[in-house]
Amino acid sequence: MTTAIREGLLVLADGTTFEGEMIGASSGDAIATGEVVFNTVLSGYQEVITDPSYAGQIITFTYPHIGNYGVNDFDDESARPFCRGVIVRDIARRRSNWRSTENLDAFLSRHGIAGIAGVDTRRLTRHLRDFGAIPGAFGYVGDGGVSETALKAAALAEPGTDGVDLVAEVTCPRPYSIGNGHRRVVAYDFGMKRSILRQLGEFATVDVVPAWIPASEIIAHRPDGVFLSNGPGDPAMVEHAVDNIHAIIDAGIPLFGICLGHQLMSRALGGTTFKLPFGHHGGNHPVRNLSTGQIEITSQNHNFCVDIDSLAGVAELTHVNLNDQTVEGMRVIGARAFSVQYHPEAGPGPHDARYLFDDFSALIEGAHK
Amino acid sequence: MPRRADLESILVIGSGPIVIGQACEFDYSGTQACRVLRSEGYRVVLANSNPATIMTDPEFADATYVEPLHVDVITRIIDRERPDAILPTLGGQTALNLAMELHRSGVLDTYGVEMIGANAEAIETAEDRERFKQAMIEVGLAVPASGSAHTLDESMDVVARIGLPVIIRPAYILGGKGTGIASTIDEFRSLASLGLDASPISEILIEKSIAGWKEFELEVMRDRADNCVVICSIENFDPMGVHTGDSITVAPAQTLSDVEYQQMRDAAFTCIRRVGVETGGSNVQFAVNPRNGDQVIIEMNPRVSRSSALASKATGFPIAKMAAKLAVGYTLDEIPNDITKKTPASFEPTIDYVVTKVPRWAFEKFPGTSGVLGTSMQSVGEAMAIGRTFPESFQKAFRSLELGRSGLNCDPAERKLDSLPDSELKAKAAIATPDRAFQVEALLRRGFSVEDVSELTMIDPWFIDQISIITDERAHLATKSTTTMSVREWRRAKQIGFSDAQLSYLWSQSEAEVRAARLAAGVRPTFKTVDTCGAEFAAETPYHYSTWEDEDEVRPSTRQKVMILGSGPNRIGQGIEFDYCCVHASFALRDAGFETIMVNCNPETVSTDYDTSDRLYFEPITYEDVANIIDAEQPMGIIVGLGGQTPLKLAGQLPPELVKGTSAASIDLAEDRERWNALCARLEIPQPAGGTAQTLADAAVIVERVGYPVLVRPSYVLGGRAMEIIYDDASLERTMNELSRFGTLGIEGGLSAERPVLVDRFLEDATEVDVDAVRDHTGEVLIGAVMEHVEEAGVHSGDSACVIPPPHLSPDTIAVIEDYTRRIAEALQVRGLVNVQYAVKGSQVFVIEANPRASRTVPFVAKATGVPLVKIAARVMLGATLDELREAGLLAPPVVGDHVAVKEAVLPFNRFPEADAVLGPEMRSTGEVMGIDLTTGLAFMKSQIAAGGPLPEKGTVFLSLADRDKVLGCEAAELFHQLGFSLVATAGTAAALRTAGIPVAKLVAKLDEEGEDGVDLINRGEIHLVVNSPRGRGPRADGAHIRAAAQRNNVPLLTTASSALAAALGMLDWSRHRLQVRTLQEYHRGVWRAEQFGWED
Repeated sequence: MTTAIREGLLVLADGTTFEGEMIGASSGDAIATGEVVFNTVLSGYQEVITDPSYAGQIITFTYPHIGNYGVNDFDDESARPFCRGVIVRDIARRRSNWRSTENLDAFLSRHGIAGIAGVDTRRLTRHLRDFGAIPGAFGYVGDGGVSETALKAAALAEPGTDGVDLVAEVTCPRPYSIGNGHRRVVAYDFGMKRSILRQLGEFATVDVVPAWIPASEIIAHRPDGVFLSNGPGDPAMVEHAVDNIHAIIDAGIPLFGICLGHQLMSRALGGTTFKLPFGHHGGNHPVRNLSTGQIEITSQNHNFCVDIDSLAGVAELTHVNLNDQTVEGMRVIGARAFSVQYHPEAGPGPHDARYLFDDFSALIEGAHK
Repeated sequence: MPRRADLESILVIGSGPIVIGQACEFDYSGTQACRVLRSEGYRVVLANSNPATIMTDPEFADATYVEPLHVDVITRIIDRERPDAILPTLGGQTALNLAMELHRSGVLDTYGVEMIGANAEAIETAEDRERFKQAMIEVGLAVPASGSAHTLDESMDVVARIGLPVIIRPAYILGGKGTGIASTIDEFRSLASLGLDASPISEILIEKSIAGWKEFELEVMRDRADNCVVICSIENFDPMGVHTGDSITVAPAQTLSDVEYQQMRDAAFTCIRRVGVETGGSNVQFAVNPRNGDQVIIEMNPRVSRSSALASKATGFPIAKMAAKLAVGYTLDEIPNDITKKTPASFEPTIDYVVTKVPRWAFEKFPGTSGVLGTSMQSVGEAMAIGRTFPESFQKAFRSLELGRSGLNCDPAERKLDSLPDSELKAKAAIATPDRAFQVEALLRRGFSVEDVSELTMIDPWFIDQISIITDERAHLATKSTTTMSVREWRRAKQIGFSDAQLSYLWSQSEAEVRAARLAAGVRPTFKTVDTCGAEFAAETPYHYSTWEDEDEVRPSTRQKVMILGSGPNRIGQGIEFDYCCVHASFALRDAGFETIMVNCNPETVSTDYDTSDRLYFEPITYEDVANIIDAEQPMGIIVGLGGQTPLKLAGQLPPELVKGTSAASIDLAEDRERWNALCARLEIPQPAGGTAQTLADAAVIVERVGYPVLVRPSYVLGGRAMEIIYDDASLERTMNELSRFGTLGIEGGLSAERPVLVDRFLEDATEVDVDAVRDHTGEVLIGAVMEHVEEAGVHSGDSACVIPPPHLSPDTIAVIEDYTRRIAEALQVRGLVNVQYAVKGSQVFVIEANPRASRTVPFVAKATGVPLVKIAARVMLGATLDELREAGLLAPPVVGDHVAVKEAVLPFNRFPEADAVLGPEMRSTGEVMGIDLTTGLAFMKSQIAAGGPLPEKGTVFLSLADRDKVLGCEAAELFHQLGFSLVATAGTAAALRTAGIPVAKLVAKLDEEGEDGVDLINRGEIHLVVNSPRGRGPRADGAHIRAAAQRNNVPLLTTASSALAAALGMLDWSRHRLQVRTLQEYHRGVWRAEQFGWED
């Protein structure tokens, strides 16, 4: 009684192949390509799939059952998924949760995202761990589908995320406002997650602006604070943001950056970023807050990392990842500016670091005294 | 923060005997704690009455007290050892309660002992229901709404506030009388009135009913810098209303969105902070309304628990080990992750597989029980399975249970559901019982929808749909056969958890044919690693499970490897003792340079701690699963003789050259009645007369020859399953009918021509004796110990108290027993352990049976004598001789003669009020304790205190004895009288006492006579000790009611004259001597030589 299997094949640029079956939006000879990364969260697949930071990437979920509680109207992190595909071990054929309104499979189809299920995702993850994130391609290989050769060629042709400006793909086309807090914060949208907006909206009215808006326009409006959002890809490709950030710091406007925003801030300060072997993608990374000594369990999603030594005398380290000792947060010396590499807004993930939004609010209030 | 330097010695309290609700998991946690604390340089003082634990091995603590877990005893230990701190959070409820008693009685203050892990304030907040509720409300967490009322009007106000449905509980009522669930206002009105009437103070508690809500648990850890992490989330398959220990549980949580999960995580941290658990692990339980997501907090345990053991095995994060480190001052970030070694423990494990735990019950041992699951835990063990998906993990769990099931149905045992009409099957599935999952699958197979079944059972539709994947796959597979399966189809079937045995049933082919066809198709399992991190980091720890994927992560080493097969889920008759044996074998063989590979599926145990062996395979112990591991690892030997009946049953199917120790042929020789009889005859060792029967007629012929009473028992079972003593024809007929049917025995494999019934003359009033011995390949036999049972032959040895050294056997008799044991071991060509049971009547010794394998008493023998019998046996099984071990300094002579050790059984009758609390040939105890002291009486008293609490020092003893017990009973009564007890008795017993010149204060009426009967007296609290021996198995008359009353009122109960006499002698000794505590290390050094022996009276 099993329904006909639509045989799928995933081919990595190094030639490694993985068999599976097609799910989501898969038709005929379409090929999904992107940089293959993994995420170790046990719950929160809807948030991950709709996180714009995954633009250009194919997401592998290490937890085998994905789709159990369906998708709902509340948990999207953006208007639509920007990822290039989804790889799972098993997709739920029936969802169960009081909030859910749709099956994940249908959701993927509706948004034109292809997926491949039945993959030995642990083998794939071990491969990515050992050899690093790598471009890949997958598609239907049954009758009327594509060949392994075509998939391999597509994978090799895929540029990955190094040296690509993915922000242009995900930033909002025009400014909009949200929230009704008593302070005004301008948020640069490099691929902003809604969870961040919700957190900022707790204390501020947020004017979300496209990534290309020049700083002069923002400074002219004298906002109470500026926020630099998360986003996809290589920070070195978003050079226009660097000058803008520099101008905002010079103008003395309180500034807070998350993830890509953090990397861009470091570049604006003259620092350098480098690519991690396989990035941090999960909801369980321990980070130490150096000022309190406390450990927070954090949500992470990044492939690039700030080299704190390149910022000697300019910024000081505030947060460190305890797994690999990489930079997770910094404060600019002599300025009202700080940033973190991880995701204090959660969505998905633990709420341990939400105090950072209070810190931002306090920084803004401090500037008014 | 580094380890605390202000502490030098720490008292660790274990959890005592295995009982329902408290099993091996606390040996696992306690053993880890002791190891950690010692490696940190602390002096560890350990108190635990359970000799079958690894933690009470003398090398795990500096001072090991195998003494009763009673406040007076622990006080003596504290007085003697002066520890700086007490760690109460790793020994279950027992340790927690004991620590609280020590705190309340001021002992901790007096001696300046600090409670570490959790303080008294925190424990009280968590344990006191009302206080806990208030505390949760205070910090803004939802709890089930409730209120109390004294009138119907007040009740109506309360229900208007909290809403229906509600549970109504009258105050100050024992046993749940007047409790009920009201779903309509009319029901509420009538139940509230009834409840108010039932309560002596006219008070009812009205609580919002959350039966049918989804149940979740979070395992949380906190360190003293206030860092909190969740180790594991667990979702119950069964909805609220079934005790979590009796629920099928799944990790991680499956049906919570991240938003809901994070809300729960926040609440768990708020809870642990408010309760004030400073360091260590806690378990927080939640209920979630499936209709609107409402979350309420149900309870929290401020200590490690059964769930934390499960969470540790499920994630690879050793909660108890970490809890011990946190208790002495470390913070989570200072401790490396055990598995990655490179990342810190301050993280939240993530997993890339599904874990299912299924409990195992023992209702068949307790006739009269309903088998319905509820809010009181009744299971005796559990199995855990790991699979990549839920269907795989679920099916593996059911075949791990060893109930003769090959998975979730699709096996011969499913047929008993086939005959049920739909209506009946639905009615059954609506009620939570051990069979429910099978009924759910059967309903789906009959075409009922996921929605229908979910509504009927209140089980989440996601789980039901996952089961329907199994059903759908089966329908597909039914159209196939070994010849038509494609590789993809084979893989899919295996990925959904179908065992070769299930496929063999489906296709009517032998399991060997299925296996051969599958291997020919190249479909083999792959082994994955449990690594706490979803493969994000490289794992250092070889902890594996099988699944059916692309990549196999196991790289067999080139070392000499020995595989040890474990004992599977705990059950009555096969529990912690066998795990102890497997663990000891692993320790000994690792020391000897072998690489050890453990295979087991019981999450509670030390054997499934990945530190125990070089490699751990968390797998079912079935032929298919074991054969797969053999293929992957290519061991040079397999040990089947230490895990009880489970691995032994597989011995015949495994390659004979790999089975180390006694051969499968010898094992069979000892089990095969005809050949065994011939062997005994050849050795000229007397046996009770008897024979084998397959029918009632056969049995009758034997009885004619040997005469009543006879002992009737099936062959190849453990724990005296279905064993009975028969005194007349009617009972013989009933018993034979029960046995020849595919009845309760069915789940143990049924009765067949190869498994006949044994019918033997039963030797009344004989003394039963057990011997554990080791024989090496040169033929040398080491007698571990000769144990004399307190209860006479006829009470199952597992339920009987026994004594080392034997107090009543003459040196000549002991010599005969040792000689017989040597001859039997030689004749059976034993290589390793052998246990022989004897009945001694007068001066004649009869052999009852011999088992060439580890017995339940081996750990007790080791603790009593100081000889690590299993370690010796394991080496011998791999070819060492006793002489070589002696030379290597591994085998010292036993320390006996200076002290006496008594093992006492612990029975679960308090959990099964419907069952008769009487001892018989079928084993029903769940655990054991040891009492050790300088005389038999003192050791026996300690064993009684440890098993059930102290015997009274004064008051009234109620005696009611069967005729055959009256001689011994009068001896006991005489001593009770001397001790100042007042005696009351039923007419016949009273007459016997008076004839013997013993005064009887009062005659107690039989239940159907005029006057005060025993039940009345017990209920009124006028009786302090009951001695009631049953008169065969006639209609349930007085005896059963009296025993039930004693159980209900917690009055000490002795059901044999011999135990009454032992108790009386013990009480006499006890009254003369002050309580002394000594360590096992002291006993084993033999410092208590008789000549140094001086009473301090």
